[in-house]
Amino acid sequence: MKRIKTPLTREGIKNLKAGENVLLSGTIYTARDQAHKRFAEAIKKGAKLPFGLKGEVIYYCGPTNTPKGKVIGSCGPTTSSRMDKFTPALLKKGLTAMIGKGGRSEEVIKAVRKYGAVYFLAPAGCGALIAEKVKSAKIVAYKDLGPEAVRKLEVKDFPLVVGIDMKGASVYGKK
Amino acid sequence: MKIIRTSTVTKAVSRLCIEANINLRKDVLAALKSACRRETNPRAKNFIRDIIKNASIAKRNNIAICQDTGLPVVFLEIGQGIQFTGVDLNKAVQKGIEAGYKKAGLRNSIVTDPVCRKGKQVFSPGIIHTDLVSGSRLKITVLPKGFGCENKSRLKMFNPTVDIAEIKEFIVAAVRDAGPDACPPYIVGVGIGGTADYACLLAKKALLKKVTSYELPVTSYESKLEKDLLKEINKLNIGPMGLGGKITALAVNIETQPTHIAGLPVAVNISCHALRSAAALL
Repeated sequence: MKRIKTPLTREGIKNLKAGENVLLSGTIYTARDQAHKRFAEAIKKGAKLPFGLKGEVIYYCGPTNTPKGKVIGSCGPTTSSRMDKFTPALLKKGLTAMIGKGGRSEEVIKAVRKYGAVYFLAPAGCGALIAEKVKSAKIVAYKDLGPEAVRKLEVKDFPLVVGIDMKGASVYGKK
Repeated sequence: MKIIRTSTVTKAVSRLCIEANINLRKDVLAALKSACRRETNPRAKNFIRDIIKNASIAKRNNIAICQDTGLPVVFLEIGQGIQFTGVDLNKAVQKGIEAGYKKAGLRNSIVTDPVCRKGKQVFSPGIIHTDLVSGSRLKITVLPKGFGCENKSRLKMFNPTVDIAEIKEFIVAAVRDAGPDACPPYIVGVGIGGTADYACLLAKKALLKKVTSYELPVTSYESKLEKDLLKEINKLNIGPMGLGGKITALAVNIETQPTHIAGLPVAVNISCHALRSAAALL
């Protein structure tokens, strides 16, 4: 199985093909509905985002609270399509990969191809299994959003499937 | 007359919230194991293995099966011979939810203002449904409902002369539209009859029935419908994780209720593979 490490480069992801299994290690950032809304507002105002997007990976995830003695609670992917309307603007700013579950809109697929990015699927509904791949977790922005705060995660061998590759091919086929 | 202190209810609800979110239902686990044997697509088979592994990790590490610990839906079957003492029953249930979710580190997924979505995310209120029944027992069932799949719910008011094929197509279409998004393989809850609101409630209650329609013999019109629908749904080739395969749904569960001569409400409530619930009798 292919292993990839963050930060991602276009060179590093260009050979990934839709449907392929990969293991991802390195830094990823959680962000879901409300965080995306704030990213969009920040971009509109020309304000700084909580982290530079270039080469980075966003994981659509809002973990449970962290049980005592654990790095993180259950932390599987949430439905990606809710983030579709915000995604092209983030890809334009250099975001290189997204991790979630389910299909994406035509606009997202186009933007993935245009800006040279990749969309991964995580094992959906397997938050306990994924938690074992997370080595550290820290809130880095929007703490007031609770589970929806932006967290910086260090992951090791996060099992993923390439959902949409850089050429715009989707594992779910054409819509 | 039996007296139940509502503090007992709080304790039971708290325990059930934890139990439901951490220990996958035995019938769901058995259905997954059966699905794993029947699935022929290797990737799909592997993914079902991951789901089963996830359930055992959750149990071992005492953490939630899924990060979406849901909007807790609490069903109370209240024997009419019970008298409650202490804080009111609604408060007692909500306190139980808060205590259980907090104790087990479950997620505070509730936003108080549904429109403006301001303020901190909290643990309650859960949704409470009550049924008055004979006897002096209280049955409490907690169903933490994840919203990836709740978002795929459907309701349609059919004409009373509708062909059954149209109803079937509506149910199958609900699953087709959910596609890969709501964590397949699904358990499909269907409510037929009653009023618009009651059909939706029936569809949710159908998820509390044992997940067995894939293996049980046909004994009634409803059970035949469940089998036929399951067969149709499993032809959709959505498959586990939406990546294709035979097992798009583990089961179809139907609940029915008499309805009006002028109509036929049909509701669909889909559950992800992590169908969680736990019950206790007081």
